[in-house]
Amino acid sequence: MNSFVIAAMLLVLLGLAYQTGWSRSRAVAQSSGQRLHSRPIYHGVWVALWVVIPAALIMGLWALFGPGVADQFARSQIPAEIAAGLEPGQIVNAVSRIKAIASGFGIIGEPQPFEAEAARALSQFQLYGFLIVILAAAIIGIGALLYARGRIVPGLRARNQVERVITLLLLACSGVAILTTVGIVASLLVEAIRFFTFINPLDFFFGTVWNPRFSTTGTGAEGDYGLIPLLWGTIMVATIAMLFAVPVGLMAAIYLSQYAHPRVRNVVKPLIEILAGIPTIVYGFFALVTVGPFLSGLGATVGLDIRATSAATAGLVMGIMIIPFISSLSDDILRQVPQSLRDGSLGLGATQSETIRRVILPAALPGIVGAFLLAVSRAIGETMIVVLAAGNSPVLRFNPFEPTSTVTVTIVNQLTGDSDFAGPQSLVAFALGLTLFVLTLILNVAALTIVRRFREQYD
Amino acid sequence: MSATETQASPVHQTVRTPDPNAHPARLKADAVSVFYGEKQALFDVSIDLPEKSVSAFIGPSGCGKSTFLRCINRMNDTIEGARVAGKITLDDHNLYDQSLDVVELRARIGMVFQKPNPFPKSIFENVAYGPKIHGLARSKADLEEIVITSLQKAGLFEEVKDRLHQPGTGLSGGQQQRLCIARAIAVGPEVILMDEPCSALDPIATAIIEELIDELRSNYTIIIVTHSMQQAARVSQKTAFFHLGKLIEEGPTEEIFTNPREKRTQDYITGRIG
Ligand SMILES: Nc1ncnc2c1ncn2[C@@H]1O[C@H](COP(=O)(O)OP(=O)(O)O)[C@@H](O)[C@H]1O
Ligand SMILES: [Mg+2]
Repeated sequence: MNSFVIAAMLLVLLGLAYQTGWSRSRAVAQSSGQRLHSRPIYHGVWVALWVVIPAALIMGLWALFGPGVADQFARSQIPAEIAAGLEPGQIVNAVSRIKAIASGFGIIGEPQPFEAEAARALSQFQLYGFLIVILAAAIIGIGALLYARGRIVPGLRARNQVERVITLLLLACSGVAILTTVGIVASLLVEAIRFFTFINPLDFFFGTVWNPRFSTTGTGAEGDYGLIPLLWGTIMVATIAMLFAVPVGLMAAIYLSQYAHPRVRNVVKPLIEILAGIPTIVYGFFALVTVGPFLSGLGATVGLDIRATSAATAGLVMGIMIIPFISSLSDDILRQVPQSLRDGSLGLGATQSETIRRVILPAALPGIVGAFLLAVSRAIGETMIVVLAAGNSPVLRFNPFEPTSTVTVTIVNQLTGDSDFAGPQSLVAFALGLTLFVLTLILNVAALTIVRRFREQYD
Repeated sequence: MSATETQASPVHQTVRTPDPNAHPARLKADAVSVFYGEKQALFDVSIDLPEKSVSAFIGPSGCGKSTFLRCINRMNDTIEGARVAGKITLDDHNLYDQSLDVVELRARIGMVFQKPNPFPKSIFENVAYGPKIHGLARSKADLEEIVITSLQKAGLFEEVKDRLHQPGTGLSGGQQQRLCIARAIAVGPEVILMDEPCSALDPIATAIIEELIDELRSNYTIIIVTHSMQQAARVSQKTAFFHLGKLIEEGPTEEIFTNPREKRTQDYITGRIG
């Protein structure tokens, strides 16, 4: 209700302001006989900005501080003699109960008389507060409208000012994206550092045993937090995935970019890319239900002991997931190799496959390697497939047909269930996340640098 | 500009002397038409191209010069939807015969493109590319021999002999184009097709290439497409004028330029259409 009222009011104000600026500027131009510097549209937007910015500022402040003020008010409504008999925790509890009653959601149990009383006062307070804010916003908005209207003269550089505000707006939006990233990294870092107060970083990065005992914090039996088995599992699964995806993806890309008739291409390329749109959890089912048993059966017929959930199963299915990624990127890169090189080779009497092998692939190699690196970083970060299909066994083993576990799976394990974020059992997830982040960051930066250099080569 | 003039003048003189009739034509086109999908780009072109001399195709852009040139080594095969009708014969063998091997044909009829297009490989590897593909060299020494003589024939060897193993893409535009000529020569062709080989080059590099073309003509049949009438006049013995997909007029270069029979040729040469 509240937000609807606010939005409606803002819209009405905005329309009014735009209309005012638009018609005022034309009137001014007509009466003075001068040409307007900016078109009436810009004057309209200019006035609208003058109105919306102060109004939005007030509402923003209300949104930011309103709840805090309401809290304080609710607390002050608890009679002093009752408050004296309560512990701090109970007071907080009482305040949230009062707020719940006031908002109309209701609470568990019968409200005490003082709570009901306080809630009534609070809801009244909130209503008045809201009305005051709306009124203030409206008054300031209208004031700003009149002020801006008075400033409209033919020479007003409304266009330039509007453009500046829009630029700032865009800047603020990209700022949000960057700040979130920084925030995420910072929180990872802080929690990881907390983890390292429990566990020596050397034991973490070079330990070969992963066995975090789920004990409560502070008992001393904190288990082993060796990264190596997890890292090895990750590398093994990613390697199997790449061994499978690289040849298939690359050949598909070669076919699509060099041989396929445009009509075939227009059908096949989207089809392959559909594979990329399948949620990875579905790949996980596929691995668990189909690929795993199939591999296991296959192993049995040739006398190999292949477990249904193993590094091989997870790697294979992950490879299938990555194929469209590799083929699509490589296809784009192969198509960037200039036609003139192809012609030069064909003109010398080379066949199409000779041209591809000896000219096009070497010329596209840097870009293709970049694509592979991007694919690797996806494989490393992939979680759901491995959760379901790798067997979740964080033991350092070199046989790909045995179960294994990866960094991502372990993060999931450490964070699900009862975790209090106070002991190393859950904090280790942040150290693992940080490791993963750094790893993929390095891969991505390397890949993008390579791809970019390749692009420059053929501008 | 003066440098260009002095560079180009020796070419200018050699052009007028030879008699094109002295050279028999082994390469003949007979009623060649080309279609790109539904659209016809070339109409019934018939022409004899004399061996061991330079023939030039001139005409306004889009008139089908490149299209016709690409028919001669069947590069149009590589274009989706392109179709060629008619006959082109080399020593009375139809190039469009079913039994003809395109790979072998393109070894006999080499091509140099409008924009220099060296492979992103070393200078040596660029020239060795064709011989390797066609298995022309029996040993490493053989290959080196072929590469060096090709570079010499293209007049590039002296400039690059100390950096044969550096990338061909690092050369200047004119050097790159001569590298492409060396690359074509290395396969041992009889005919060399050149599609506006100087259009991406500066005047000095252009003069050097023109001189080279004049030298090469003693060993190769050269067919050059050019948008520059001065260039056609300087390097060619025979000129063919194309307009809107049709061959309007052909004959000894001197005649075409001094005494054209067709009005359209005259208009083009004097700059009234173009
Ligand atoms: N690959 C192609 N597909 C379709 N049309 C083409 C293609 N190449 C050339 N053409 C058309 O054929 C005509 C002749 O082109 P071209 O031989 O390149 O002319 P020129 O070399 O004389 O400038 C032009 O109208 C051009 O648009
Ligand atoms: Mg052309």
